[in-house]
Amino acid sequence: MKPAPFEYHAPQTVEQAVALLAELAPLNGRVLAGGQSLVPAMSFRLARPAHLVDINGIAALARCTVAAQHLAIGAGVRHAAFHRPAVGGPLGRLLAMIVRHIAHEPIRRRGTFCGSLAHADPASEWCCVAVTLGATLVAQSAHGARHIRAADFFTGVMTTTLAENELLAEARLPLLPPDTRVGFVEFSRRAGDFALGMALATYRLVGGRIADARLGIGGIESRPRRVSEAERILEGGAPTAECFAAAAAAVAQSVAPMTDATAEAAYRRELIASLSRRALEQAA
Amino acid sequence: MSGTCDLALEINGRHYDLAVEPRRLLADVIRDDCGLTGTHTGCEHGVCGACTVLLDGEPIRSCLMFAVQAAGRKIRTVEGLSSGAELHPLQSAFIAEHGLQCGFCTPGFLMLAAELLAREPGIGEAELREALSANLCRCTGYDTIIRAVRTAAATMRGRS
Amino acid sequence: MNEKTRFIGQSVARLEDPPLVAGRGRFVADVSFPHQLHMRVVRSAHAHGRILSIATTEAKAAPGVYTVWTAADIPEVPPIDFREGRIERLEPFRQPVLAKTYLRYVGEPVAVVFADDPYRAEDAADLVAIEVEELPPLMAADLPPGEFEPGRSTVAEIVRQGYGDVEAAFRGAATIVELDLAIGRHSGVPLETRGAVARYDAARDLLEVYGAAKVPHRNREAIARMLGRGLAAVHFYEGNVGGGFGVRGELYPEDVLVCVAAMRLGRPVKWIEDRREHLMATNHSRQQRHRIRAAVDRDGRILAIDDEFFHDQGAYLRTHGVRVPHMTCGILPGPYRLPAYRAVGHVRLTNKTPAATYRAPGRYETTFVRERLIDAIGHKLGLDPNEIRRRNAISPSEMPYARPLEALGEEIEYDSGDYIGLLDKALAAVGWHKLQADLQARRAKGEAVGAGLALFVEKSGLGPTDGVRITVDTGGLVEVVTGGASIGQGFETAMAQICAETLGVDYRRIRVVHGRTDQIEHGIGAHASRATVMTGSATHSAALKLRAKALDLAAELMQAPQDALDIVDGVVRRRDLPGGASMSLGEIARHLAPGSRTRGDREPGLTVTGWFTTEHQVYPYGVHIAVVRVDRETGGVAVERYFAAYDIGRAVNPKLVMGQIAGGFAQGLGGALYEEFVYDKQGQPLAVTFADYLMPTLAETPPIEILLTEDAPSPCNPLGIKGAGESGINPVGAAIASAIDAAIEIPGAVTALPVTPQRLRAILKVHGKQATNTPR
Repeated sequence: MKPAPFEYHAPQTVEQAVALLAELAPLNGRVLAGGQSLVPAMSFRLARPAHLVDINGIAALARCTVAAQHLAIGAGVRHAAFHRPAVGGPLGRLLAMIVRHIAHEPIRRRGTFCGSLAHADPASEWCCVAVTLGATLVAQSAHGARHIRAADFFTGVMTTTLAENELLAEARLPLLPPDTRVGFVEFSRRAGDFALGMALATYRLVGGRIADARLGIGGIESRPRRVSEAERILEGGAPTAECFAAAAAAVAQSVAPMTDATAEAAYRRELIASLSRRALEQAA
Repeated sequence: MSGTCDLALEINGRHYDLAVEPRRLLADVIRDDCGLTGTHTGCEHGVCGACTVLLDGEPIRSCLMFAVQAAGRKIRTVEGLSSGAELHPLQSAFIAEHGLQCGFCTPGFLMLAAELLAREPGIGEAELREALSANLCRCTGYDTIIRAVRTAAATMRGRS
Repeated sequence: MNEKTRFIGQSVARLEDPPLVAGRGRFVADVSFPHQLHMRVVRSAHAHGRILSIATTEAKAAPGVYTVWTAADIPEVPPIDFREGRIERLEPFRQPVLAKTYLRYVGEPVAVVFADDPYRAEDAADLVAIEVEELPPLMAADLPPGEFEPGRSTVAEIVRQGYGDVEAAFRGAATIVELDLAIGRHSGVPLETRGAVARYDAARDLLEVYGAAKVPHRNREAIARMLGRGLAAVHFYEGNVGGGFGVRGELYPEDVLVCVAAMRLGRPVKWIEDRREHLMATNHSRQQRHRIRAAVDRDGRILAIDDEFFHDQGAYLRTHGVRVPHMTCGILPGPYRLPAYRAVGHVRLTNKTPAATYRAPGRYETTFVRERLIDAIGHKLGLDPNEIRRRNAISPSEMPYARPLEALGEEIEYDSGDYIGLLDKALAAVGWHKLQADLQARRAKGEAVGAGLALFVEKSGLGPTDGVRITVDTGGLVEVVTGGASIGQGFETAMAQICAETLGVDYRRIRVVHGRTDQIEHGIGAHASRATVMTGSATHSAALKLRAKALDLAAELMQAPQDALDIVDGVVRRRDLPGGASMSLGEIARHLAPGSRTRGDREPGLTVTGWFTTEHQVYPYGVHIAVVRVDRETGGVAVERYFAAYDIGRAVNPKLVMGQIAGGFAQGLGGALYEEFVYDKQGQPLAVTFADYLMPTLAETPPIEILLTEDAPSPCNPLGIKGAGESGINPVGAAIASAIDAAIEIPGAVTALPVTPQRLRAILKVHGKQATNTPR
């Protein structure tokens, strides 16, 4: 299980990186960030890039900064950066709660937030977060920057709208209002495994009623998404068991779950209903 | 297609001058080019953790990194855990608590635990269980491993 | 003052550990020789097919490649034979070292590349093109048989054992219980993959093989025979071994290829298996489907058991032949009396990786099947299953207890055991009644929690004979040379402890040699939990002889009667004058040197060989209790608590015994809930990475509570020892299945392992119990 040969490039700036991508992507060149997904894929020879553009040396990408309305996560920011809240308030708490589900610590020291998005595994927690919270993704190329809405970014299993010569340079997560309640539930076979399903729920209570409801699911369909059918039921409703059960039923009704080696669609359908309800209860 | 890159590695305080293909995994270079065979490869796809080493003090899976990426970084492997003849408290504790049987997963656990205890000497039980779930062992059933780490933690707290 | 130090029964620190914690062990991948070639196996990508052509020209021309072989390059190499010798009727089902005509499983070796480094070997392997005419794969043992080759079906064998009038028993039964049970395909999967390094030393005409394990002497004989070399011209060397569990150490095609290549290519040859290969090429195990029924009288006494099972052998018969299914028949009754019995096993070949022994082979399976039966009988009669166990268990007064059943070539005769005595101790130690009450209270509040129990008999100490040589050098250091093997279980330490106490020296001054065919001619290796019993008993015998030899000379030189002397900490002293004249064993060795004038006509050297022969295996036994919590919505199962009671006869090192139990438990847990080799309809293996083949981590493995007893030492060896290697794993599937039934309150719910979340959800839905528990 040894990787096939490739040429290695280690740019020091974003400009150098995108110039290399412009030249090498058509020649089967890829970005190397954390490597925690790409390197094993190369060891299995499922991926055989002819060129690797290693962005770990680009200091400008390693920053995670709080802007006025969003948290800006550079391409070099590792999962482990989120153990301690990267920002005050519900968003930081949410990310710190979720990061513990991602593999194990040694993987989290190298793997990157943006790398997970670019990799687009349907069971990726960060992909679910990006879509549910309405992140904006910044793709850099030799032609400049492109802003992509998370909801438009993921198109299928391991597939995004990122062009082969683009670097996903930054993910921008909107900050959550300080009274936002958050809940996240995931089910996997063992600690740290890929999730069979996950649900992320955020909402506020205004006058005892649910407002700004977001319910996102991952690991169920070929890409994560918000379940608008469920959000419609939640919005304006009371945070009661009945309301959550109805929302969960709506999730079960609306999903088109995957069948794969791990689980069948029917199992996933019932699972995500349970997980959605639990995430809503957790947030309450 | 690819030639070799010159690579200078620092492992356990020693300097190694090498010429390696970029595709050579860090684990393989540590073992075969530097002769430090204490780091083991159990799966080569980043799940078992037997290949765990410290990179600038951080625990990482050396099968998930190319050696060329480690240029200019300080690597510490199990061979660098003891200070001369004196065993690291984890090594003594693993022996005392029967924390190893075949010993293949042991270097990975030692490096994982060494960083853990250096960072959080007062680590609680639940966090310890979660952290040690990162690596696989097929022989011990894990009880004696966690006992060994607890013992070492107590020793290290007592010393500081 | 000079107190004789006891070593047997002490949990002393292991001699093996210091190099291992320092990363200075020598596992096979750590062994390298100058100019070595790396071997890479090209494996079948098809489950079933006929080979039309193999193109190797491009691979041969690839950078760094020395050569590429297919079956045509090794016509003189025979298939690997069965470990117990020739069995002509089964020979057609042996695996060729490289596939010739047919491909029969994904992962089957078809070609090998030899190159100057493993990366380039793999590059070249990718260039070997195999043209295949695909054939339909047969993927289940209980489907109608297929064609193995023209004129031969995939029914490899039907094994049968039994006695008594089963039909009459069923006619006269008050109750009949019938179950259809399945154990999933899984295996040992040690953390170190397989490997071998072979080197031909032309100057000495010696083939040296590194990376030996389990049965080095047996493998050396086999290789010598296969290569047409004298025994003295082949040596096997065992270094550190990263776990065996039954699957490492059998002779595999890769081992043979490495040896043939070293001889023919004139360079050392190194092969290290990768993990993906391992999961599709190293022996699988366990997959059986049992249709079992019991005839029971009004009082719950079993009158007969009738079992028919399908054993999914995979594509070929390997070194174990049909021993596992044969043993399955023999060992199924376990600790219970059984007036009549019939077991029929269909050994069926399928297009999967071949299967063989994995820790407690045939016993993990039969304990699951038998204890499910006990639970079912209890449920049908409205009795506590433990009451059924009480009414049927063999009692200590009936020991030794023989039945006309066999395993591993000998009749099964239980040597000693108090099964219900241990059951009572286990129930008391775990607080069974309070436990059940607590679980009942939690269930009333809506939790799905329950406890299950399994009673089992293990077997160990397979003979017939072992011998060791002990030498004390003139410095007083002791060397025990055994033909044993170490797979990480602490073999060296256990032998040193036995020698230390018997001879009278500190165990830390003892060096134990194992896995070296060049140091001792005979060896039984380490498997079937035999090492402590057989090699331990031989060590004991040799140590007694050595002690006698030393004291014989000491008596003369110290002018004291032998029985007035004792050896303490390596020094001979008078018992009544411990502070008086003394002689160290090193001095005695000097007096026994060949040229010594004080030797007399004694054989030179303070060295002896001691032997131990046994007619019978020994039978340790135990009780496991599992407490599980089920999440009805996800189907997830968590093991909250696990208790194991085990009678070891006599423990040489209690901590090592408990380590074996704890490790076996974790593996058994894997087989009960997580581990499975699954195939798709085309015969493609789906569990070929550690992301798909799920082994328990610390998070899934609760701490195990162990009650170790020594109530039933074995009368079959002088120290009373029984083995522990397979004790932890044997009943885990049974105990967890029973606990899950209790947690979901559906008796007999679990009929197949592993109990995955999906399968458990399906069970719950069939019984209408899938909704979240609401407090009652």
